[in-house]
Amino acid sequence: MSDRPSGTVLKIEHLTMRFGGLTAVDDVTFDVRRGEITAIIGPNGAGKTTLFNCITGFYRPTVGRLALGHGEEAFAQLDRLTNSGRRHGAGLYLLERMMDFDIARRARVARTFQNIRLFGGMTVLENLVVAQYRPLMAASWYTVGGILNLPHYRRGLQAAVDRAAYWLDRIGLTARADHPAADLPYGSQRRLEIARAMCSDPVLVCLDEPAAGLNANESAELNTLLRFIQREHGTSLLLIEHDMSVVMEISNHIVVLDYGKKISDGPPEHVRNDPKVIAAYLGVEDEEVDEVEAELPA
Amino acid sequence: MSVHQPAEDTQPEGAQIEEEARGAAFRHGPDGGLLNLGEAVRDAAVAAAIAFILAGPFIGLYTAIAGGRLTMTSRPWGIAILVGVVFVGRLAINLLWRPVGPTIRERIGALFAARPSGALAGRGVAILSAVAIAAAVLLPFTPFGTREILDQGIKILIFTMIGWGLNVVVGLAGLLDLGYIAFFAFGAYSFALLNAYFDLGFWTCLPLAGLISAFAGILLGFPVLRLRGDYLAVVTLAFGEIIHLVLQNWDEFTGGPQGLRGIPAPTLFGIPFARGEGGFADRFGLEYTPVQRIIFLYYVILLLALITSAVTMRLRKLPIGQAWEAMREDEIACRSLGINTTMTKLTAFGIGAMFAGFAGAFFATRQGFISPESFISQDSFMFVAFVVLGGLGSQVGVVLAVAFITIITDLQQLQLYRMLIVGLSMVLIMVWRPRGLITTRRPTVRLPLPRPSTSPARA
Repeated sequence: MSDRPSGTVLKIEHLTMRFGGLTAVDDVTFDVRRGEITAIIGPNGAGKTTLFNCITGFYRPTVGRLALGHGEEAFAQLDRLTNSGRRHGAGLYLLERMMDFDIARRARVARTFQNIRLFGGMTVLENLVVAQYRPLMAASWYTVGGILNLPHYRRGLQAAVDRAAYWLDRIGLTARADHPAADLPYGSQRRLEIARAMCSDPVLVCLDEPAAGLNANESAELNTLLRFIQREHGTSLLLIEHDMSVVMEISNHIVVLDYGKKISDGPPEHVRNDPKVIAAYLGVEDEEVDEVEAELPA
Repeated sequence: MSVHQPAEDTQPEGAQIEEEARGAAFRHGPDGGLLNLGEAVRDAAVAAAIAFILAGPFIGLYTAIAGGRLTMTSRPWGIAILVGVVFVGRLAINLLWRPVGPTIRERIGALFAARPSGALAGRGVAILSAVAIAAAVLLPFTPFGTREILDQGIKILIFTMIGWGLNVVVGLAGLLDLGYIAFFAFGAYSFALLNAYFDLGFWTCLPLAGLISAFAGILLGFPVLRLRGDYLAVVTLAFGEIIHLVLQNWDEFTGGPQGLRGIPAPTLFGIPFARGEGGFADRFGLEYTPVQRIIFLYYVILLLALITSAVTMRLRKLPIGQAWEAMREDEIACRSLGINTTMTKLTAFGIGAMFAGFAGAFFATRQGFISPESFISQDSFMFVAFVVLGGLGSQVGVVLAVAFITIITDLQQLQLYRMLIVGLSMVLIMVWRPRGLITTRRPTVRLPLPRPSTSPARA
C-alpha cells in the first residue's frame, strides 16, 4: 500500500480546440488531482473525447496549456518552462507542445480507447509485453544486445513478463495468456486494454468510456479494478464515462462538460445536485434555463 | 478482493480438452502401480518398433568400397540383435521397476494431443524446417545434385531470401511494398559498380551492398511514412519504376540498357573456382569440374538465406519485432504506448531492404551480368505473391510458395500454360486459404510454466 500522493498531476488551463468553425472544447480549465479518480461526464458531443485527444497528443489544442507534473514541486517551474519554449524539464511536461508517442513515453500518460484498440492478432501476453516497449528496448540495447541474447536483455524480458503476469492475474486472464487478444470476450478486452495501459508504467491513465458495453456484473468488476489501481499503484485516473453507477461510485472528482464548456466541477455529491448538470442531462425549457442560471451564484 | 471471475468462465473450450488429454497422457497403471503383463509387452513392442525405424538405416545398411565401386550391403542380424535388446530391456523396466512415467505410446500421443492446435502445427513446422534444411545442405552430394537441379536450387534460394526479407516489411510490419525489386537492384548494382570502379571483390561488397540498400530503404521510408495501405503500395510501386528507369537511362554510370558485364564470381577465402593452377580443384587435388563452382554458389546463397531467416526470426522476438507486429495490428494504439511508429517503420524498411541488397549482390555475382531488364516491377509482384501465398509472417510458407511458383514457371513442358497455372493456383489458394498456406502464428513470448494461477483442479 503506497502513501496516497496529493496535489495536482495535470493542470488544464483555458483549453480550446476548434475544428474550422466548430469549437469542440471551449476554454476549459480544471485540475486533475494526483492519486484520485477524476471523471469527465457530459451529454454526447460535449467534447469529452476531444479533450482526451488533446491531453494525449492526438490533437494539438488551438489554445491552452496542459501541464503534467511528476512531482508536486514540479509545478513551481511552470511559468519558467512555459517561457523557455521547451517542451519539458525537471519533471514537468507541457503536453500541448509534445507528440503523442512522446507524451506516452516521457510524460507517462497512458490511455484506452472508446472503441477498443488491442493488437488483435497478437496474444494477450504479447499485448502486455509490447506496452513495455520502452524499458525492453533499453534492456536490449536497441536490439544489438537482444540479438546476442545478452544476460542484460534476458533479465529485462523476465521483468517484463513478470509484470505482465501480475496484471494478467489481476484481470483474471492468466489462463488465456497465449490466446489472440481478438478472441477474448468484450468485457475481457476492456480489462486487457486497461492492463496494457498500466503495463506502460503510467503516471496518469486516461480511460475513454471503460464501462461502455459492459453488463452490470462486468461494470462492478471494472469498479474494483479501477479502485485497486488507484489504491495499490497510486496512479491518477481520468475517465470519461456515461455509466453513472461507475462514475458516482468510484470517482473522487467530477467535471461536467456541455457543448464544449465546463458547467460543473466538484465532488460527486456536489455535481449530482448541481441544477446546471440536471438541466444539461434532463433538459429544461429555455426560459427555465435562464431562471436556473439566474438563481446560481455568479 | 480479486477482480477476476471464476476461472471456469475464462477457460477456453480448447484448454479443457487439452487438459484432459494431458491427464490421459500421464496416467499410468491403475493406482500408479506396475503395469500388467499385457500392457508391459505392448509397450516394449512399441519401443522395439521405434528402435527398428531409427536404427534400421544406420545399422542395417552399410556401404563398402568393393573393386573401386561403392556397394551397399545389409546386416539383418545387427538389427535383429538391437531390436531384441531394446524389447527385452524395456520389458524388464516395465515389469521390474515401478514405472515413473507414461508408456511410450502415451508419450507419443501426448506429443501431439496435449497441445493446443497452434503448438501442434508449430511442432510440425519445426520438424518440417529441420528436415528441409538438412535436405538442402546434403543436396549437392545426393544423386540429385546435378547442375540443373543446383541451378534451380540457387534460384529458389535467392527468391526465398527475398521473400524472407520482404516478410519483415509486409508480413510483420504490415507495410505493403510493391517496389521491393528496387532494393534488390540496389544490391546488385552496388556490387557491380563497386567492382567496376574500385575493383572490389564479392565478399567486400556484400556488406556494402546490404548497407547501401538499407540506406535506400530508409530514404524511401521518409516520404512514405504518412501513407498507409493502398497509397503506400502505389508510392512504392512508383519507386520501383523510378529505380528501373534511372538504371536504364543513366548510361555513363550504370551502363544503361547494355548493363554491366564481367562481374567476378565469389572466391573461397581467395581461392577462385577456375580451371588450372591455383584454382579450387588444383589446390585440393580434385579433378576440375564446372559443377564445383555451382555447388559453392549454392552453399553461399544457402548460408545467406539461413542467416536472413535466423535474424528475422530473432528480430521478431525482440522489442523491435513486437513493435512491428503491433504496428501492423494498430498504429494508433502503438503511439499511445510510446512507440515511435516513424522510427519503427524506418527500421522495417531498412532491414527488409538490407536483405534484398544481400540477395541482389549474390544475384549479380551468380549471373556475372546484370542489366535493368533483370529488375522489372513484375518481379516485385511476384515477391509479394511469395509472401501472400506463403502466409504473412510465415518463414516456411514463403519457401513453399517460392518453390511452387519457381518450379511451375520454369517447367518447359508446360510451355504457354505455365503462367495460367500459376494464376489459377493463386486464385485457388486465395479461395481455400485466404490468409496463405501457413497461417499459424507462434507467440513471440510465453508465460513460464507452471503458471502462477491456472484453473482449479477438475473433478
